[in-house]
Amino acid sequence: MANERERDAHSGTETTGHEWDGLKELDTPLPRWWLYIFYASIVASIVYWVLMPAWPLVNGYTHGILNQSDRRNVAVEVQALQTARTPMFERLATADVAAINADPQLQEFARAAGESVFGDYCRTCHGAGGVGAPGYPVLADDVWIWGGTMADIEHTIRVGIRSTHPETRMSAMPAFGRDGILTPAQVGDVSEYVISISAANSRLHADAAAAARGATVFQEQCAACHGATGAGDRAVGAPSLTDDVWLYGNSREEIRRQVELGRGGVMPTWEARFDPGTIRALAYYVHEMGGGEPDAPPAPAATQPTAADASVAPAQSTNAGGGATR
Amino acid sequence: MSTTLIPRPPKGEDDHSIDARAVNSKTARALYQKREQIYPKLAHGFFRNLKWAAMIVLLAIYYITPWIRWDRGGASPDQAVLVDFEHRRFYFFFIELWPQEIYYITGLLILASFGIFLSSALFGRVWCGYACPQTVWTDLYIYVERFFEGDRNERMRLDKAPWSLSKLGKKAGKHIVWILIAAATGGAWVFYFGDAPTLFREIFTGQANAVIYLFVGVLTFTTYALAGTMREQVCTYMCPWPRIQAAMTDQDALQVTYRADRGEPRGPHKKNESWEGRGDCIDCNQCVAVCPQGIDIRDGDQLECINCALCIDACDEIMEKVGRPKGLIAYDTHGNVERRERGEKPKWNLIRPRTVLYAVLMVGVGVFMLYGLINRSTLDLNVIRDRSPPFVRLADGSIRNDFSLKLINMAPQTRRLAIEVEGLDGLQILRNGYQIDAEGRVIAEARPDTVDTVRLHIIAPAGTAPGSHDIEFTIHDMETGEEAESASAFLAGNAR
Repeated sequence: MANERERDAHSGTETTGHEWDGLKELDTPLPRWWLYIFYASIVASIVYWVLMPAWPLVNGYTHGILNQSDRRNVAVEVQALQTARTPMFERLATADVAAINADPQLQEFARAAGESVFGDYCRTCHGAGGVGAPGYPVLADDVWIWGGTMADIEHTIRVGIRSTHPETRMSAMPAFGRDGILTPAQVGDVSEYVISISAANSRLHADAAAAARGATVFQEQCAACHGATGAGDRAVGAPSLTDDVWLYGNSREEIRRQVELGRGGVMPTWEARFDPGTIRALAYYVHEMGGGEPDAPPAPAATQPTAADASVAPAQSTNAGGGATR
Repeated sequence: MSTTLIPRPPKGEDDHSIDARAVNSKTARALYQKREQIYPKLAHGFFRNLKWAAMIVLLAIYYITPWIRWDRGGASPDQAVLVDFEHRRFYFFFIELWPQEIYYITGLLILASFGIFLSSALFGRVWCGYACPQTVWTDLYIYVERFFEGDRNERMRLDKAPWSLSKLGKKAGKHIVWILIAAATGGAWVFYFGDAPTLFREIFTGQANAVIYLFVGVLTFTTYALAGTMREQVCTYMCPWPRIQAAMTDQDALQVTYRADRGEPRGPHKKNESWEGRGDCIDCNQCVAVCPQGIDIRDGDQLECINCALCIDACDEIMEKVGRPKGLIAYDTHGNVERRERGEKPKWNLIRPRTVLYAVLMVGVGVFMLYGLINRSTLDLNVIRDRSPPFVRLADGSIRNDFSLKLINMAPQTRRLAIEVEGLDGLQILRNGYQIDAEGRVIAEARPDTVDTVRLHIIAPAGTAPGSHDIEFTIHDMETGEEAESASAFLAGNAR
């Protein structure tokens, strides 16, 4: 092998020594700036191996003398964040709506914390912004099954609905059709009656004769919970039947199916999951979605909302037709 | 053109020539050749003095500006020029800009572009020659180099000489001062992004943010590298301007020009010899020796040339000594060179369609920006409608939409704002939590120099036609009457 490689006469640069179809390739040296950066990179990578975690071993890996761990750093940061938030959550736990609204800092915190927790745990069923879905109540409207004051909402979050909590909110509508309590004809009649007393009558136009027959059935079977006028009763979680907001759908068929099946969903209890501050933040966030009701003035515990009080009409929250189903 | 027609006689007393070679001239430098060190000789004369003056003024502007105080009142910073990334504000004396007003910076860039187009069309590369930071700092670095190592010949000798204590001392002194200047350059840069006196203290007590040190470090390195070691290579290989240059100049733009019509044929000239039948150029190479770009101006226009005019000074000095008129190398135009060759009188066409156009565009953009700044509103409104739920049907059949209003208060005082919504009959603002005035408007307080958010629930009565309705929010300053509007939409659901 010749040690001396051929030099190109024109440029003075060495050739690679090969020839392809009469073409020779110059072996132009790498630009020096490139070469220096390349060498610097090699040095830097060795320094990196020494300082940082780099090589996998059979059990574990080389930790490097800086003992850097992203996982640990994140844990420390999360811990620090929690420590920093603790005082705010403690303040929240003892603040009512008025107190939260009076303190912009606390308000902002409650809103942010509530939104975040809602997004993680509640949105799956209730939808972003409390938009609701069939069987999962809309939280953004002013229709509440168990009450829409801050205290009501907070209690619902705490104990859940038909949950495992000993004090859970519990209501059960019989499956009138499926269980044979009513005949199919009676189910149809009572459905027509329910439509006739609700705001849905203007669009569904109940059959007057069937509704008249259904009125008797309603007074016998339904009035105990939903009230003689169908205004509902929040104390037992019976939704109002007078508005045009329906939990399981607003069509004639869905209303009839509900009489037939008496469906009721489950909401878990969150008491064990969240600290009081977080529950308060969550309740505040839901309350501020737009349908929250002002706290009732201090009153005897026995006081119950009456059908006459239109502004806090006991209500049934439902998938309100348009928004939720689209 | 560069042929020497007159043979060089033995060196005598009246020989002004210098042994200089244009290392960057097209014929001297192969493409792959290693860079050759340039040793620019100190020039004396009008343009050198102009460059010193420009350097002092520009460096003074750079270093002093962040220290100028400007009282804005309130909690606003009192630094005249400040780019406040943390609070997303830009301050320039009486001007305060928010991020959404970045178009003023665009305007400034347009002004700068046309400014450089105009200056190029009129005077060639004056920017490159006098004002470019690369030129200014390189000039400063060469000054330091000259201070430690002497002028051209001494520096060349020193570089060839073997290492000695004295050489080490000179080199070390030069590099230390270079690094100090570089550090001061990087150091001054960060002052534009934070309160200068505070930062200054923090930097020296080791309390400044790591990012600050990083930036000072990076800029120290780049200053040292660009002005100390790379110099003319930045202009030749890195800067796009020399390429754009060709499009910006024309027959009538002033360029540093060797008047070949007067200079050729060139050659050495002995005292008392006749000037008959020869050019004024005595081929002394002084113009090459002073050139910081390593070119020979007598080769004509070259992209390396930054039009610093130091060769003019060098040549004028010689012309004076040999008793010929100055201006063999001078600011001249291609047009004039041709006119002279044709025996016509030179003409200065400063007012030409392109210079007029550039000037008009600059004035236009400037007036437009000024108008914008003078009439700049300190109140603005952005409306963001909630996307989920798009609308809410309420128990009584009415429909609610939710909105977040961003009240942008750019004034340094708190303002009371009345919020109104219009566009649909019977629209009502849900009252929870907000103060409402007699006319049914929501009253909100907007904190100074801040964006405040107000969440509003707007309710349209039952029976509102389904579909989307255009609505408009208005905020109204209850003291000054200033207003801002923002359009949005009200979704009234679908028919069911």
